Amino acid sequence: MEELIDGIGASPLRKEGRAKVLGAARYIDDLSLPDMWHGATVRSTIARGRIRNLHFGNEIDWSEYTVVSARDIPGLNTVAHLTNDHPCLASEYINHPDEPILLLAHPSKTALHHALKAITIEYDEYPGVFTIEESEQAVAAQDAERIIWDGSQWNATANCFKTYTMYSGEGEEVEAGLSRAFEEADYIVEGEYSTGAQEQLYIENNGVIAECFRDENGDVESVCVQGSMQCPYYLVHALELVFNLPEEKCRVIQVETGGAFGGKEDFPSVIGSHAALLAMKSGHPVKLVYDRAEDMAATTKRHPSRTRLRTAVSREGKLLGAEISVAIDGGAYSTLSPVVLSRATIHAPGPYHWPFLRVKSKAMATNVPPHGAFRGFGAPQSLFGLERHMDKIAKTIGISPEELRRKNFLATGDYTATGQPLVEEVDMQKLLTRALREASYHEKIARYAEENKTSPIKRGVGFAAFMHGTGFTGSGERRLNSQVHLELLPDGRPQILVSSTEFGQGTNTILCQAAASALHLPYDLVTIAQPDTSRVPNSGPTVASRTAMIVGKLVQRASEQMLHTLSSFAALPENHTSQQFLEAARRYLAEHGTLRESVRYEPPTKIYWDDELYRGDAYPGYAWAVYVAEVAVDTRTYSATVTRFDALQEVGRVMHPVLAKGQIEGGVAQGIGYALYEKCVWKNGHMANNQMTNYIMPTSADLPPIHVHFEEVPSIHGPNGAKGIGELPMDGPAPAILNAIENATGISFNAIPLLPEDIFERVHSLGHPHGGSRELDPNTDRDTRVEETIA
Amino acid sequence: MRSDVTEYELSAPATLQEMLSLLAAEPGKYTPIAGGTELMVALGVGRLQSRSLLSLQHFQELRFLREEDGHVVIGANTTFTDLRRSALIAEHLPLLAQSASWTGAIANQNRGTLGGNIVNASPAADNPPVLLVYGASITLISASGMRTLDYNDFHLGYKKTQLRADELVHSVRIPLAYQGYRQYIRKVGTRNALAISKIALAGIARTEGTRIAEIRLGAASLTDRPIRCLAAEKALTGASLAADSLEATLQAGRAALAMEAKPIDDIRSTARYRSAVAENLLEEFLRSLAE
Repeated sequence: MEELIDGIGASPLRKEGRAKVLGAARYIDDLSLPDMWHGATVRSTIARGRIRNLHFGNEIDWSEYTVVSARDIPGLNTVAHLTNDHPCLASEYINHPDEPILLLAHPSKTALHHALKAITIEYDEYPGVFTIEESEQAVAAQDAERIIWDGSQWNATANCFKTYTMYSGEGEEVEAGLSRAFEEADYIVEGEYSTGAQEQLYIENNGVIAECFRDENGDVESVCVQGSMQCPYYLVHALELVFNLPEEKCRVIQVETGGAFGGKEDFPSVIGSHAALLAMKSGHPVKLVYDRAEDMAATTKRHPSRTRLRTAVSREGKLLGAEISVAIDGGAYSTLSPVVLSRATIHAPGPYHWPFLRVKSKAMATNVPPHGAFRGFGAPQSLFGLERHMDKIAKTIGISPEELRRKNFLATGDYTATGQPLVEEVDMQKLLTRALREASYHEKIARYAEENKTSPIKRGVGFAAFMHGTGFTGSGERRLNSQVHLELLPDGRPQILVSSTEFGQGTNTILCQAAASALHLPYDLVTIAQPDTSRVPNSGPTVASRTAMIVGKLVQRASEQMLHTLSSFAALPENHTSQQFLEAARRYLAEHGTLRESVRYEPPTKIYWDDELYRGDAYPGYAWAVYVAEVAVDTRTYSATVTRFDALQEVGRVMHPVLAKGQIEGGVAQGIGYALYEKCVWKNGHMANNQMTNYIMPTSADLPPIHVHFEEVPSIHGPNGAKGIGELPMDGPAPAILNAIENATGISFNAIPLLPEDIFERVHSLGHPHGGSRELDPNTDRDTRVEETIA
Repeated sequence: MRSDVTEYELSAPATLQEMLSLLAAEPGKYTPIAGGTELMVALGVGRLQSRSLLSLQHFQELRFLREEDGHVVIGANTTFTDLRRSALIAEHLPLLAQSASWTGAIANQNRGTLGGNIVNASPAADNPPVLLVYGASITLISASGMRTLDYNDFHLGYKKTQLRADELVHSVRIPLAYQGYRQYIRKVGTRNALAISKIALAGIARTEGTRIAEIRLGAASLTDRPIRCLAAEKALTGASLAADSLEATLQAGRAALAMEAKPIDDIRSTARYRSAVAENLLEEFLRSLAE
């Protein structure tokens, strides 16, 4: 048997890396089809109202153009999500700015600019709601004019897409326990925390090319869309509804994708349906690619949120109970908000033991473009609130943030808030010890307290402890029923067939590593097919940190099955060399023609989940982490800069150390942007700073050295013990950074993004113009509301 | 690209004289374009008003940087990369080397020119505050000849300058007279690179003992145009940096600067923040003089 050096745990070159580096990789805007036309979208200029009149100017020869409106849709005018409230094209009512109303196609891209300018739309404007609070007020006041989403049709309530109530046990017992906990508590600490919208800012904007094929009668027979996306089968299902076609007549192909971060999870269903409609009506292939300004203004962003915590704590720092309420702003249509809210709800208790806990959560409707998937998917929002609040509790009762967490961490054998037993090893104590040591936390706490007395630059350190569930929530993976194929190419090399997509994170590479390890073959011999739904099975969407663990495990199982087949039917010897494998494979193919191994998801252990009670095994596995941020706050410019970052995580077996480190560094950078730089400026629901000059993403000059550390505890759920990693690094940076800022300045900030202007206003409202590390009275909450403290 | 490029006309006259003749024949018809780092952005987003462009980027006679009678003379076509690479600038005019280094991105610096930065006349432009404190003069050229102005008098209002429609910037001339001056510059942008200033302050000062003998201050984003902060300069000239009077000097400087600051609220920052930070930067400079 040859020595294998590129399996799981090694860092082989990315499968598509050479083509990307050489500029040979072809993204959607590099591709062209014969007789292809270009598409453009006519969008609403108001936030809410009714279309009164569409006027097409005389200066344009409209016979040259294809114009698609909602009336042209052969099937349902809807974008398939969990509810069908989201129209593919607005036909009468407008619910957010930049909502698509008409689609145009023309052979010349330039001609589309002239046409867009020649269309004027008159509206009857209705009042809009733009924040969670405005949406709530409309419901509370029963203000029919501001009920912007009538839930009755969708098994929901006015202005509210979804609610959850999650208890740490049987509901009535927990309520009784909470009453007792708050009566007996030495301290009751309350806080409110909020987070803003965030743009994914993938390098490549959303784009697709669509074709439509007709039968001899001229009826639409099938459609095909290729483009930049995460989830080809999501788009298949969207096309089925819009065109009223069966699944096999809706073909979707993912081409090289320049970043996604969740921003190409649900949105391709919109742009893909649009391009296909234009292809249908124009009789030409149609390319629809957004420019940056359109992509930023019209596509999904991270949900803004508000988390309120009311916690009962003992004098010694034991958490006795918590009432947490989480609200997210879903935008104008339901889209993925219920699932984002679910993850926010389940992550709200963090990695702590709460004897009694109630989480109530809701997703509210507003007249902004629908918010959608973005790395972390609700968890960064509720974990920001929790990890800021833990520091507040520590300060209030007078113990260190470290001690408070140590007294309440979950450990192996404990039950999570949903009642899930932590069967696999969990050691948050060890993670915390190591993370603080790597960051020289204690030494810095002491040193900065001294230095800050005289320096105009106030330095501080802070941390956050958290976890991220990998894979779909609860029974999600069972429902997905993901399938993976492994085939033999004619030359005997194995090829993986999955709908899991590569968009920069390393899917191609790690799945080939998983197969290489299981097949005992060199990594270079394993290939992976382009995700084309006419060829690859549905292995589920490429989301939820599920690909490495869930799909990786399926690839591993398919590989083991293939070895078994080849040894049974083609005399593959034990401890084979790659030459022996290829020979056996060719022998098998000569005799049987083809070999396709097919496996479906089966949970490695029993997974129990109750969707009604929101109890049970919330996720197959969790990644655990402690992140430490070091900051400098300049009292002359009121700007906070992260000067060092230490990210320690336990993600099971690390499949590809170089890619894994890259994932963590990228997530931390995105988290720093989320905390300190990236602010969506909304003007009546429209993003006013939809350009990279004014939407401030940090550059390399703004980022600190990021030190990435791993603990490896193999999990039964993933290939060779791997767990998910993709979203985790988005959860920790923001609370760690704001905790560090409080350590540096003595001022507690509870809203992100936290810009220099915000720090300036707070410093001045506190009446000490130079900031300083003066301790505030810990019993007074200057951000939110005054809490009760029972002595 | 949100513009139809077929609606635009771009030509490159063979000689500078030819270009000046074209500008003189129909003043206002043409917009000169050098590196294009401003105009091409406007074109991309569909907001470039002028349909006729004349390129001057190829005129090497406008791209020079030389020492002349105790001055540095910088041609309008000099790029920011040229400025960053010049030993002369690094030695004598360090603030200009610094402001050039944070003008846009590296790619912008390779194409963008000092002349372009001046005539674009953004109140947030990175280099004008430095030219102001260094006491630059500016030479303009047209078919009817050259004229030289004190750069202090060049900016008239928001994006308004002394430049006539038939003129181009020829060069900027800066005296090499700042040996022994303490020099300061700080830009507070939306981030540390690729950023537009929220506020920036440049300053040079000469001290005699513990007194400020001479001080010059220039600011970006403090008013509707790049300015010399004359009120603050006046308040500080002759002021004491001695330990017992430093606080009073700082207060006098801050108060005078506050009087002449007329910043705005915009998508990048607030007027309150800009005023306060400008004063803080001035204080930082003054404290460094006292050290």
